[in-house]
Amino acid sequence: MNEVQLPQKRKFPTGLAVLTALVVLGLIPVVIRYIYGLGAMSHLSDGRPWGLWISFDLYCGVALAAGGFTLAGAVYVFRLEKFHSVARPAVLTAFLGYTLVILALLVDLGQPWFIWHIFVSPNIHSPLFEVGICVVSYTAVLALEFSPAVFEKFNWHVPLKVVRAIQIPLVILGVCLSTLHQSSLGSMLLISQTNLHALWYTPILPLLFLNSAIAVGPAMVMFESTLTGKALGHKVSHEIMEGLGKAIPVILGIYLVLKIAGMGMNHSLGLIFTAYPYNLYWWAEIIIGIITPIVLFTNKSFRKSDTCLFWGAAIVVLGLILNRFNVSMFALAMRPGYSYFPSWMEFAISAGLVADSMLVIWLAYRLLPMMQHEPGQAAAPGTTAR
Amino acid sequence: MGVGVLYDATKCIGCRGCQVACKQWNQRKADQTSNTGSLENPPQMTAKTVTKIRFTELEYNGKFQTVFTKLQCMHCEHPACAEACPVAALQKRPEGPVTYDDNRCFGCRYCMVACPFGIPNFDWDTPIPWIRKCTFCFDRQSGGLKPACVTTCPTGALKYGNRDELLVEARARITAAPASYVDHIYGEKEVGGTSWLLLSPVPFDKVGLPKLQEEPVVINAERAMSMVPPVLVGVAALMTGFYWVSKRREQNGGKKNQKPEKQGAVKK
Repeated sequence: MNEVQLPQKRKFPTGLAVLTALVVLGLIPVVIRYIYGLGAMSHLSDGRPWGLWISFDLYCGVALAAGGFTLAGAVYVFRLEKFHSVARPAVLTAFLGYTLVILALLVDLGQPWFIWHIFVSPNIHSPLFEVGICVVSYTAVLALEFSPAVFEKFNWHVPLKVVRAIQIPLVILGVCLSTLHQSSLGSMLLISQTNLHALWYTPILPLLFLNSAIAVGPAMVMFESTLTGKALGHKVSHEIMEGLGKAIPVILGIYLVLKIAGMGMNHSLGLIFTAYPYNLYWWAEIIIGIITPIVLFTNKSFRKSDTCLFWGAAIVVLGLILNRFNVSMFALAMRPGYSYFPSWMEFAISAGLVADSMLVIWLAYRLLPMMQHEPGQAAAPGTTAR
Repeated sequence: MGVGVLYDATKCIGCRGCQVACKQWNQRKADQTSNTGSLENPPQMTAKTVTKIRFTELEYNGKFQTVFTKLQCMHCEHPACAEACPVAALQKRPEGPVTYDDNRCFGCRYCMVACPFGIPNFDWDTPIPWIRKCTFCFDRQSGGLKPACVTTCPTGALKYGNRDELLVEARARITAAPASYVDHIYGEKEVGGTSWLLLSPVPFDKVGLPKLQEEPVVINAERAMSMVPPVLVGVAALMTGFYWVSKRREQNGGKKNQKPEKQGAVKK
C-alpha cells in the first residue's frame, strides 16, 4: 500500500549537482577545524565567541523548524484536518532543521565528543542546558512523529501500530518541548544583560521568542512546501495556503503588542528614534517581519493568489531571520578591540548543512509517502489515533 | 563571606610580575605579539594570558597620568558564567573563587557571551580547546597559599584577605587620602559584588572597565528558568484539554473543523 511515487515531471540534475557540491565544500572546513582548531577556519575570537553558526544554524534553524510543532499541534491536538496533508512535510522539515542544529554544534562546540556531559553533570539553572536537553529530546520526538512515513513505505505493521498508538501523547510532548526551548533561546540572551542592546533586551524575551517562532511556523510551511512543490511537480492546495496565511497576522499582531509592551517595561521605547544605527536594524525587523506581513495577509485579494501568499510567507521568514541575527549578532556587543565577519569556511559549513537538508527532503519526496492527500491513496496514514 | 583581593592602582608600578607569576604557576605559554608602541603586552587577554596589567595614559584633574589596571576574572558573587554553563564546569565556591573544571567543559563558550567583564577566553588554535580564565589560584588557596600574583607583587598593590575586611580597608584608604582616589570601590556593588576589588586614582570607565548596574545580571534569566516547570505542566495540561475538547466535538458529529480536501477526503 501507499506506494506513492510522484510522477517524475522534471529532472534537475543541475540542482542536485549544486547541492552535492555544497555538501562536499562544507566538509573541507570541518576537516581543517578538527586538525587545527576553530581559529584556523573561522573568524571567531575571544571578542566574538559566537558567530554565524549560532546565529544562523542555531537561532534561525530552531525557529524556522517551528512549523513542526505548530502544524502537528494544529492537526493532531486542535484537529484542524484541512492542514493534514502538510503536517508530514512540516515534521520532516523540522526534524531536518534540528538535525542541522546538532550537526552545526558538532563543528561549533570546542569538544563535541563530550556533549554527553550535559546529561551526567547538568547545571539545571542554565538556559543552555534546557535548550540542549529539549533539542535532543525533541529531535527524537520528531523522528518518531515522522517514522510512520518510513514504516508505511516498508509495510512494517507492528512499529506502525505502536507509533500510531502513542501519536497524540507524542505530539503533545513535542509541543511542550518546543514551547520550552523556543522560549529558552530567549532566556539564554537574558543573561547577556550587559552585552545585548537595550532595544532588544527585555525580561519577556523568552515569550517573544516563542511567539515569533509560532508565527514563522506556518510561514515556513507555506514557503517550503511551495518550493518543494515547484521542484518536484506537485501542488499544495490553495485552501491550505490561505488557511495558514490567515493565521499569520493574528499571531504577528500579538507579537507586535508584546514587543512594544516589553520595551515599555524596559523604558527603552525612546531608543527606536535615538539609538542610531541600531534603531535601523530594529525598524527593518519590525517593518519587514511584522508590519508588512500583517498588512499583506489581512488583505483578502492578496490571499487569493498563491504566488502572493508565497512571497508574503517569504517576508515573514526574512523578518524572523533578521530578528534572530539582530539579537544574537548585530546587537550583541563585542569586546572592545575586536571585529567579526564570518570567514568563507563558516559560510561553507552553514551552506553545506542546508544543502544536506535539501537533499534529504528531495530523497524523502522521491521515496516516501509524503503528501497524504495525493489521490489514489486509500487509508491515509497517520490520520487516525486509536 | 569569602576571600577577596584588593588591587590598589596607586601602588601598582606596572612591573607585570603578576602576569609572569600567573603564567608560571598555571603553566600558560607566551602569546606571540608584535610591537604596538606601548609597554602594555599582550594587547588583549587570551587563553594563555588570564591576567594582565593595562596601561592607560590620560589627562585627569589637569594632570597627565599613567594608570595601571590589573585585569583578571573578578570572581563575581553572582557569576553569570556559572549560571550560564550547561555542565556546571564553572562554579562559585563558598570560599569565593569561581573555578573551572576541565573535565566537564565541552566548549560551548556561553560563559564568554554571558560574562559582563568579558573575561573567559578560548583556545582558538588547538583541536582540543578549553576555556581559560583566572581561577583565583583555587589550587594554591586550598593548600593555604595566596594566589601567585599576590605572592609576587613587590609593592603591596595586591592585598589578599577576607572580602569584608578588604572593603573596610579600601574605604579607609579612600578616606585617608581622598585626593589620591576616586570615591568608588570597583567590585563592591558591580553586578551584585565581586571578590576582587579595585581602587583607582581616575574613574574606572576611563581605564576601560565597564560601567555596570548593581543588580546581578543573572536575575532575569533565573526568573525565566524558574518558570520552566510550571510552564511545562501548564502547556501539557492545556494541550491535553484542547485535544479532549476537539476530539469530543468531532465525535459529536460536529463538522466544524472538517472540510474535505479538494483532492480527496483525508479521513476515512
